[in-house]
Amino acid sequence: MYLDYNATTPLDRRVFEIMAPYMTERWGNSSSPYRFGNQARIALEKGRARVAECIGAETGEIVFCASGTEADNLAVRGVAAALRTRGNHIVTSSVEHHAVLYTCRALEAEGYRVTYLPVDDDGLVGLKELEKSLTPETILVTVMHANNETGVLQPVGEIARIARERGIVFHSDAVQTAGKLPGRLCGTGADLLSLSAHKFYGPKGVGALYVRKGTPISPRITGGPHEHGLRAGTENVPGIVGLAAALALAAESARAEAERLALLRDRFENRVLEAVPGTRVNGRGAPRVPNTSNLSFDAVDGESIVLGLDLGGICVSTGSACSTGDPEPSHVLLAMGLSPKEAQGSIRVSLGRHTEEKELDAAVDTLAQTVARLRAISSI
Amino acid sequence: MDNPDELMEQPDLAGPILFYNEEVIEHFTNPRNVGELPEAETDGYGLVGDPSCGDQMKLWIQVREGRIEKIAFKSFGCPGAIATSSMLTELARGKSIEEARRITDDDVVEALGGIPERKKHCSLLGVMALQAAIQDWESRTSEDGGARP
Repeated sequence: MYLDYNATTPLDRRVFEIMAPYMTERWGNSSSPYRFGNQARIALEKGRARVAECIGAETGEIVFCASGTEADNLAVRGVAAALRTRGNHIVTSSVEHHAVLYTCRALEAEGYRVTYLPVDDDGLVGLKELEKSLTPETILVTVMHANNETGVLQPVGEIARIARERGIVFHSDAVQTAGKLPGRLCGTGADLLSLSAHKFYGPKGVGALYVRKGTPISPRITGGPHEHGLRAGTENVPGIVGLAAALALAAESARAEAERLALLRDRFENRVLEAVPGTRVNGRGAPRVPNTSNLSFDAVDGESIVLGLDLGGICVSTGSACSTGDPEPSHVLLAMGLSPKEAQGSIRVSLGRHTEEKELDAAVDTLAQTVARLRAISSI
Repeated sequence: MDNPDELMEQPDLAGPILFYNEEVIEHFTNPRNVGELPEAETDGYGLVGDPSCGDQMKLWIQVREGRIEKIAFKSFGCPGAIATSSMLTELARGKSIEEARRITDDDVVEALGGIPERKKHCSLLGVMALQAAIQDWESRTSEDGGARP
């Protein structure tokens, strides 16, 4: 039973079938001057138009790249570099994905000043703190849309307004909301928005960055004139075709799927709280993306729960997938005020398209047994 | 890819478990000597914590004629901590105090057939708890003027 859709999702078969010809028959280089290359170029630009349409952008505002992480890097480093002469201050949150967090840390080493906004117990950034942090030197605000570990949705609409009033560029990592939440720019109002195909039933190895027209940004990868000069390198045409198709398909059912998953998630959480004493749901008081549940269990270790569930045929994770194997407790949960012990006893359950009520009920049973077994061993 | 259906398959649950070998999984699933010794049976008790990861271990020993007659542990921690604690108690049970004192974290890891590098520090926890319990036994026996066996 796969309950780790925030880590990755299976490729939609319809998407695979749309992609396949661009690997087998229409494999031309989209930059080539002959008709065979033009076939690839047309597919690429159709994909771009489709993505733009899905998120309510203009075609020229979409830049394709190789991952959500790369999109974040291009946004944060690209804007920081383009505005270096105007200021050196960047504002972000303490709960960002490592793709943004570690990029900001790297920029600190390059001489930028970074403010990491704290979050409240539910994981939300405070707008007052944001306003207080802004200075004439501030060139970029980057705050994620949905947190990958807790699903907590930041007030990105308000953040966008505050940044715009001051002429500050606003980037949002929407990797966990694209294809899940309807609305223009997933409702963020951001100047830059990062997406990753494999989080919405598209292929791995392809991402996109929305760049509002006129946003100052410079490329991080230089070379040919691909992607409006913002990202050199022969385009991954099958991947881009797949990203576009997957986003369109996900957008089509986003509203209904969000409602379905919210019901499943709430039922799951209520059942776990009933079946397992000493449990807390992290971020429950905040608006959340409807598929994500972050749970803390007293006196047990999250990695032991994950292994116990794995032995029972259930895939969940501790924190984000990239940091599994990292002994550090989640920076997200620590920022929300959990003690290291509480953070250590946490798991993330994330639902998706193939999740059904019956299997979730079975997961609750296995989870309750696993936690009970570990507590019988626990010294706490 | 002749069959696109393969794309939609559930994950491979028959394959090896990431990070840990079968012996570690076995000790994680069925840890040996779990529990607490009642006060009347306890000759030595050790409580240690690993501040680097938050793991904690409690260990009890009963000593008869200079040998570890009974041993029990409880552990809060990752699978590596649970499995190494379990294996440590297996290695120490029945050993003389002198033999038990010489058990190292490498012995525990070797007995388990290896654990991932980043988990090596877990195996120290059990060894430290055993040493603490032996020290506790020593101080108890000296207080009693060596009256306890």
